[in-house]
Amino acid sequence: MSGAISPALAQAAGAATAPLDVSLRINGTEHRLSLDPRTTLLDALREHLHLTGSKKGCGLGQCGACTVLMDGMRVKACLSLAALAQGREIKTIEGLAQGDELHPLQASFIERDAFQCGYCTSGQIMAGVACISEGHAGSPQEIREWMSGNLCRCGAYDHIVAAIQDAAAVSSSKQEG
Amino acid sequence: MHPFVLERPRDLSAVLALGAQAGRNDAPVEYIAGGTDMVQLLQENVRRPDRLVSLAGVLDDGIEIGPQGLRLGAAATMAEVAAHQAVIEQFPLISQALLNSASPQVRNQATMGGNLLQRTRCPYFRDVGYEACNKRVPGSGCAALDGENRWHAVLGTSDDCIAVHPSDLAVALVALDASVELRGAGGDRSVPLSDLHRLPRDTPHLETVLEPGEVITAITVPANAAGLRSHYLKVRDRASFEFAVVSAAVAIETDGGRIRQARVALGGVGTKPWRLSNVETALAGANFEPAVLRQAAALAADGTRGRGHNGFKIELMQRAIVRAVEIAGARA
Repeated sequence: MSGAISPALAQAAGAATAPLDVSLRINGTEHRLSLDPRTTLLDALREHLHLTGSKKGCGLGQCGACTVLMDGMRVKACLSLAALAQGREIKTIEGLAQGDELHPLQASFIERDAFQCGYCTSGQIMAGVACISEGHAGSPQEIREWMSGNLCRCGAYDHIVAAIQDAAAVSSSKQEG
Repeated sequence: MHPFVLERPRDLSAVLALGAQAGRNDAPVEYIAGGTDMVQLLQENVRRPDRLVSLAGVLDDGIEIGPQGLRLGAAATMAEVAAHQAVIEQFPLISQALLNSASPQVRNQATMGGNLLQRTRCPYFRDVGYEACNKRVPGSGCAALDGENRWHAVLGTSDDCIAVHPSDLAVALVALDASVELRGAGGDRSVPLSDLHRLPRDTPHLETVLEPGEVITAITVPANAAGLRSHYLKVRDRASFEFAVVSAAVAIETDGGRIRQARVALGGVGTKPWRLSNVETALAGANFEPAVLRQAAALAADGTRGRGHNGFKIELMQRAIVRAVEIAGARA
């Protein structure tokens, strides 16, 4: 077995891979796709469904820019094969707002100016939504630990933590009310 | 990514019939469960199976605690096990090791079985741009021996491979005498976790004792490991979402101010999860005087071999053991 292979060779061989019929439920809508088995959930969202809110940073699970919710839990879409996400309920950043009304965490990201370039933002928001619903947004320290799967190269962390704290407060006051 | 046929069998017998081989790096048919490590390796062309067999929906994901001890279904996720109330109360070492692993997203995806079978983080293994890696390409050499080896192993190494086993969970489980339940075409068997992974010797591409087709169905932890005072200490280069430079899993039974019995395992330093029976023997009957603990922990250095950049781990792991024993002993 040889070590390195050329991407071109891999691509040529890939043409022979039989496509799979895959049904994905994204933001409440069922989509039927014919996909190469190698397609990740992230590539299915971006390249096949044109839902480009989820970003590809590293493609290796290290940066969190591709974070989506699967059955309500945050996952890295770049580490999921699309064909294995069949039957799961997937929510992306495009499905977060209710019509024109932003999700409280989207609103607080704007209010707190919790981004600079914005590339990591949709992943940060999806992870932040889960962080709050899991009950892991009790203190800045706890938020930092439970948001460690999302990197921000601009270093907007202080504002991201503040935005999540704000949204968590809104969410708990709603629950109490 | 190398092209593969994706199999999605409906039940375990259909899975076993496909003869996938876990735990060796030249297998043409491999399993995928949570996928968090497999997809990385596929993306990087480190693993190039022709056929990938999905375990989704066919393995037990239950978490049970009974008189026999703890049983973790192989498909239970890291997040589910870490947050399970009875695990937190009776086997906190396991929950702690899991919460110190990976990121919240990965913990929602990655499974118990897959965690044990995840591949080393050795950068020479994970980058096919390097020709020399005996684990990836048998007989090609080891670029880490004279390379950047700050992260590499000092225990269980050979002249063919010094890659570290990266799992925190496995270190905690080895300390608690866990076993893995396996199912294959020939039936079921149980293997102590300490025997699941092979030493690299001159065949580092063979990572486990799993036979072709065999799959991990569950992890079991005996009841006598429940309720011990324990601590998982992880030393790493950043505060969260990072693999261990050195980690120590310690579980002790105390009698007044003395240690009656101790279990000690290390991560980040061994080619497999590393149990230290010599340190455990020295700790039995010891009090918590720092000098006494240091003397016992010094035995961890037996058989170590540094390769340049990683020599500091030999001292650091002894200090980690002492600190973990002190913290465990101070727990109520």
